[in-house]
Amino acid sequence: MATAKKVSFKLNGKPVEVTVEPRELLIHSLRERLAHTGPHIGCETSHCGACTVDLNEMSVKACTVLTVQCEGAEITTIEGLEQGGALHALQQAFHEEHGLQCGYCTPGMITRAYRLLKENPNPSEQDIRSGISGNLCRCTGYQNIVKAVQSAAKKLAAAG
Amino acid sequence: MIPAGFDYHAPRSVADAVKLLGELGPEAKLLAGGHSLLPMMKLRFAEPGHLVDLGRIAELRGISEAGKEIRIGAMTTEHELLRSKLLAEKVPLLVEGAGWIADPQVRYKGTIGGDISHGDPANDQPALMLALEASFVLTGPKGERVVKADGYFLGLYSTQLAEDEILTQIRIPLPAPGSGWSYQKLKRKTGDFATAATAVMLQMKGKSVASVAIALTNAGPTVLKARDAEAYLKGKAIDDASLNEAARLAMKICQPTPDQRGDAEYKVAMCGEMTRRALQAAHARAKG
Ligand SMILES: Cc1cc2nc3c(=O)[nH]c(=O)nc-3n(C[C@H](O)[C@H](O)[C@H](O)COP(=O)(O)OP(=O)(O)OC[C@H]3O[C@@H](n4cnc5c(N)ncnc54)[C@H](O)[C@@H]3O)c2cc1C
Ligand code: FES
Ligand code: FES
Repeated sequence: MATAKKVSFKLNGKPVEVTVEPRELLIHSLRERLAHTGPHIGCETSHCGACTVDLNEMSVKACTVLTVQCEGAEITTIEGLEQGGALHALQQAFHEEHGLQCGYCTPGMITRAYRLLKENPNPSEQDIRSGISGNLCRCTGYQNIVKAVQSAAKKLAAAG
Repeated sequence: MIPAGFDYHAPRSVADAVKLLGELGPEAKLLAGGHSLLPMMKLRFAEPGHLVDLGRIAELRGISEAGKEIRIGAMTTEHELLRSKLLAEKVPLLVEGAGWIADPQVRYKGTIGGDISHGDPANDQPALMLALEASFVLTGPKGERVVKADGYFLGLYSTQLAEDEILTQIRIPLPAPGSGWSYQKLKRKTGDFATAATAVMLQMKGKSVASVAIALTNAGPTVLKARDAEAYLKGKAIDDASLNEAARLAMKICQPTPDQRGDAEYKVAMCGEMTRRALQAAHARAKG
């Protein structure tokens, strides 16, 4: 019944094209067709944030977006944050501040924090906590995640 | 969890969307932010044959002031409401309320029109709309009609919207200068729906209430307007006795569904408490 659609978008700066049934979720196109397995599937029910990607300058849960909705979009995943072999300040800070344990939530957490810092380069601790409140972490207790985001914010501000 | 198959349509104008709805008939559903509809489709609670995505229709987005009202396109997201300077200045209740909805990711996608249209009594926008005395522009094959939020919500998943209509715009009369406002919501965690929540708009004249609107989220099959509490408060001072009586009258109309958030008795009590707190906070902000 359902007609497959060609969908083109930019993934981490590179043009890509997929042909999908309309019911295909973005997370599956990314992981299974485009080999971007950074965004994880946690809950599949729009609650955990493990699947977070940056879509047209919004943090979204890729398990709750249809690929067909992404025609012409610009999508950034955790794979796109590293530049020229150098980790993004957030990735470096998560490493230095022990902002992860098992790492399952980390790609979503960092991708979300990336957009948060774009919108609010100098966030308070409360801004960070509410800003990442759509991302669950079962390991860290969030303390070191908050520290990592604070530390990355300072580094990014210093770098201008 | 993947939805059942459907065909996807992405019209570029309201006129085209209305036409498509008419052609496709009851098999079609509108897709806004998708953050209620797609979860329901993934669980196969909904299996529409066609989705008509409103996401590409530019005329459905944006917030503007027109004469004595604020106009908000139905596809404006909760995130956009939260960041709007115009709303922060003119309709702060809507900004406060949007901040209580879901979590940051959901707010980037979820729209005010979708939240109003979904029809779940746990949605927060309907109570905000009742408190703000909003009207809705509904566009169908015969053109536009404007209906008041008060009376729009008929029951569980039931509103005055006809099958061939689209909610296109929300109109909010500018609140009188000095109005107090508050949305108080009890929830267990970020991203949870309300155990109980109350929206209040309040105008004082000296020490007494000139006008007040009170609306309750998740306290019945649909949003409830606490009319007896409103009528009682008119002309009264806000003090412990009047707050208790207003809360009691609001609790009297509650018929919450027991669920994992609590039994009916607890939810009714929490509705009373949210009503008391919302009135207190609105009173503290009101100048008059
Ligand atoms: C984790 C999570 C937590 C949430 N927490 C809350 C919360 O605390 N409070 C809350 O209020 N909501 C909450 N929601 C729901 C969320 O706010 C939804 O975005 C909202 O209910 C629906 O808006 P939407 O734009 O996503 O609409 P969609 O999901 O696209 O559509 C919802 C329904 O409305 C219809 N519809 C949409 N737009 C229109 C229109 N313009 N005209 C006519 N019909 C239309 C659709 O056909 C569909 O039936 C939560 C969702 C999630 C996933
Ligand atoms: S997998 Fe998408 S929110 Fe959990
Ligand atoms: S590090 Fe394990 S879930 Fe966050």
